[in-house]
Amino acid sequence: MFHVKHFDVVVIGGGHAGAEAAAAAARRGAQVALVTLKRTGIGVMSCNPAIGGLGKGHLVREIDALDGLMGRAADAAGIQFRLLNRRKGPAVQGPRAQADRELYRDAIQKMLAQQGGLQIVEAEVVDLVVERDTVRGVELADGSTLGAAAVVLTAGTFLNGVMHIGDQKRQGGRVGDAASVRLGQRLADLDLDRGRLKTGTPPRLDGRTIDWARLQMQPGDAEPVMFSFLNRAPTARQIACGITETNEATHEIVRDNLHLSAMYGGYIEGIGPRYCPSIEDKVVRFADKTGHQVFLEPEGLDDHTVYPNGIATSLPAEVQQAYVRTIAGLEAVEILQPGYAIEYDFFDPRGLAMDLQVRNLPGLYFAGQINGTTGYEEAAAQGLIAGANAAARAFGAAPLTMHRSDSYIGVMIDDLVSRGVTEPYRMFTSRAEFRLTLRADNADQRLTPMGLSAQLVSSERKDAFELKMQGVQAIRVSLSEHVIGTAALRAAGITISEDGSRRTAFDLLAFPDVTIAQLLPFVPSLQGADPDLCHQVAIEGIYAPYLARQNSEIALLRQGDAALIPEDFDYTGISGLSNELQSKLQRSKPETIERASRLEGMTPAALLLILAHVRKPHQHRVAS
Amino acid sequence: METVFALATARGKAGLAVIRVSGPRAHEAVQALCGRCPPIRQAAVRRLMWRGEVLDDALVLLFAHGASFTGEAVAELQVHGSVAVVGAVLRALGEMADLRLAQPGEFTRRALENGLLDIAQVEGLADLIDAETEAQRRQAQRVLSGAIGRRAESWRSRLIRAGALIEASIDFVEEDVPIDVRPEVLELLDGLLQDLRQEVAGSLVAERVRDGFEVAIVGAPNVGKSTLLNALAGREAAITSTVAGTTRDVIEVRMDLVGLPVTVLDTAGLREPGDEVEEIGIRRGIERARGADLRVFLLEGPLEPLEVERVDGDIVLLAKADLRLDLTDPTTLPVSGLTGFGVDALVQQIVATLQQRVLSAGVTTRQRHREALVRAVEAMESARVELCKPSGGMEIVAAEVWTAIRALDVLVGRLDVEALLGEIFASFCIGK
Repeated sequence: MFHVKHFDVVVIGGGHAGAEAAAAAARRGAQVALVTLKRTGIGVMSCNPAIGGLGKGHLVREIDALDGLMGRAADAAGIQFRLLNRRKGPAVQGPRAQADRELYRDAIQKMLAQQGGLQIVEAEVVDLVVERDTVRGVELADGSTLGAAAVVLTAGTFLNGVMHIGDQKRQGGRVGDAASVRLGQRLADLDLDRGRLKTGTPPRLDGRTIDWARLQMQPGDAEPVMFSFLNRAPTARQIACGITETNEATHEIVRDNLHLSAMYGGYIEGIGPRYCPSIEDKVVRFADKTGHQVFLEPEGLDDHTVYPNGIATSLPAEVQQAYVRTIAGLEAVEILQPGYAIEYDFFDPRGLAMDLQVRNLPGLYFAGQINGTTGYEEAAAQGLIAGANAAARAFGAAPLTMHRSDSYIGVMIDDLVSRGVTEPYRMFTSRAEFRLTLRADNADQRLTPMGLSAQLVSSERKDAFELKMQGVQAIRVSLSEHVIGTAALRAAGITISEDGSRRTAFDLLAFPDVTIAQLLPFVPSLQGADPDLCHQVAIEGIYAPYLARQNSEIALLRQGDAALIPEDFDYTGISGLSNELQSKLQRSKPETIERASRLEGMTPAALLLILAHVRKPHQHRVAS
Repeated sequence: METVFALATARGKAGLAVIRVSGPRAHEAVQALCGRCPPIRQAAVRRLMWRGEVLDDALVLLFAHGASFTGEAVAELQVHGSVAVVGAVLRALGEMADLRLAQPGEFTRRALENGLLDIAQVEGLADLIDAETEAQRRQAQRVLSGAIGRRAESWRSRLIRAGALIEASIDFVEEDVPIDVRPEVLELLDGLLQDLRQEVAGSLVAERVRDGFEVAIVGAPNVGKSTLLNALAGREAAITSTVAGTTRDVIEVRMDLVGLPVTVLDTAGLREPGDEVEEIGIRRGIERARGADLRVFLLEGPLEPLEVERVDGDIVLLAKADLRLDLTDPTTLPVSGLTGFGVDALVQQIVATLQQRVLSAGVTTRQRHREALVRAVEAMESARVELCKPSGGMEIVAAEVWTAIRALDVLVGRLDVEALLGEIFASFCIGK
């Protein structure tokens, strides 16, 4: 037996979830080991070369507000920044960037290297060390052991991964390898439900063989919007992406070869995401469409690989070659690597608590694709929460749990833990019922204070945040104290309906077509105020009329949350609950009535029944 | 899960009494009483015995689990309607293991929990049991059959469609959703607003059918209002005298007018009050009369001014017809509570007026339903306003549509975002 090295937290896996988990635990002051097969693989973007988007951009901002890595790395690697939905309201705007793979990986690795208390261990984990039903560390392939109070598993598609290119399939992940069998068996023993998912990728193209001159080009925004609250401008050279379209000739080739597709040939059992269909899917399900957009996204400044976003496929390589060449601008294109579909197992996240700890095995945390999510941003956000909580466990501190009403991270974890997944889970803004208040622009205001009290946030960010909030508060006060008459407004060319009410400059922000620039001349104390901060307050003004309503809805939700269900509550004793609901409840063990209410198949009557039993534990007969 | 039993018919002496048993041991329990149960859903006479004693000869009827009122195994025993027989059978059932007396409403609650009824249907069932008049019975039957649920379902699916269109334009802006969704959303909202406003108006009428219409008799003191009330009620409901101001408080008499539930209100005569008590009575009378569904003005002269305004559809009567010689004024109906002259014509006119209103009754019958509908209407109106602004925010339209959907959820249950995403993915080619 080798020497046992002791850590507070061990993180298994160096993907986006693993990197954030290790960094978050270390930021809280834990001694962390990040165990990965290949040190150089940390921070690699394995799929599309982009970060952010709608919903996802919100997640990145929230990660940044908690001092996570992703926002800063994406800013360092961004080669084309675009704020999506720029012409819609700020609540539904999402920052997005094309990222240079090399720059992104370098940025992540550099930040991890600079993080104190974090050690990277290049090794293979073969088993968990479990004592008295609690995880105590991990065992490595060389027989040595890393002791830890908490272990975060971010195994990605490690579980039974299979890659498909047409009817060719290849074992992916590490299945079949004797070492991983033990870890697999250990996880199987946890008695967690599993599901099977799939995801697809497009063929990678050689950019030197694309006829760019024929294509419509899409540049980034003239005024790039950064992910991190600490950054102001991009550092990398900015580029444009190309846009082209499939056509009838493309679709015909796809249709003629459907039987060869892994997915349509019946070779795949996993469930794919509805929102990321393969080209096969698009051609079959939307047969009347004569063309589908394809975005040609360069993978890096010094890399000629191009990622054609929109044509994920599992057709054989030669069919991919044929259909790609029917597309305008791609007539002579060379494929560097054919597209493929990958199938993998995930664990039903309903087996997790809100702190992402496995209910059946204290000390073990799951984050990322293993929980049924897709996307770098979703994985990273879970990693951060799992890492922070693993450290909390090591220190005996209170867990950091997010709520639907405070963050997209809270929405995601709540969805996962109480509803589970039926397709790879991706964030959308429509999943957040409090969308008007959970905005990308105020992620720092929502979460940085939480991060501060959880000791997750550096002093540099703390100072910047406090300075910003002082400025914001001063502008709020100035605007709210200043009443502007209708006549004065009219003289300035602003017409609003007259109803005799006195309106402050802040109130006026809620009127469409009234901009803060028009109001500033009325408020002398704001001469020379920071335009970014003014813009921030202007956004608050737009949604101020809706705040009261959202807050009362949040209060209602919190009420349901305050109704706690004891961990050992026995549902089998409740007469009137269907067997199906009983077993569902018994398995998922919702922590509150509110979360129970979101279980599939839950009825108001059943909820009342549970509430009655929770409140009166000894009275098993409930009068109607 | 326990098996419960209870007397399902009213207590007391009657020709028949029905005892209902529901739960996993229901059939077993009845078998213990009658020896051999008849086949499911086939009634048969059986002798009920317990501890060697004959209890009664009863008609026994069994329903299978999943095909009964509560959704559980159910047995019904039709016994002779004697207090002693019922008591003996209930006692026998109570002595069996795992059986207990049902709580009030427990059968219905089990039906609700087992998904056989929704909340609105339970309300309909309660109304049916409480129904006293034909109009009430018809309405309760409609609610019980799930009419609210069906209608709300149709509203909701249209709102979800609107929500899905909006969300698609927000969350999938980069994707192949090239169309401007505003025209379709606007069309959906306009159609829904029309339907919901109509339902709100109809629900007021439906609530009247449930709770009774209020008809107020209004007039000067000593004009014969109480005498008219008594004539309508066919009994001495109010004290009558020739002394003005005899009626000091509002007197209510509930009656069934040709199938319609009507509460007739007799109010204090409208005059300068003699004392503080009368003043309170008059104030109260005026308030009730204004709030009533229909007012019957009892006048001694055609142009008598009163503090209560006349509304379209109100009825004007010429009082004390027995004391008049000239009854030819065509603008008023002559009536005499004392002789009964004109009372039938009055009843006919009240019924005709109310019946006209019942025709527009909605399927929603309660304040609770109407509040939900009004909230939904308000939210949709705000959504519409925002949608029509040139710079209107789709996220704000979406928030209002969500508020409307949640309001309608009160009628039928919860909606979750998955339903909405499902609609999006079925309709558009999302994904690049």
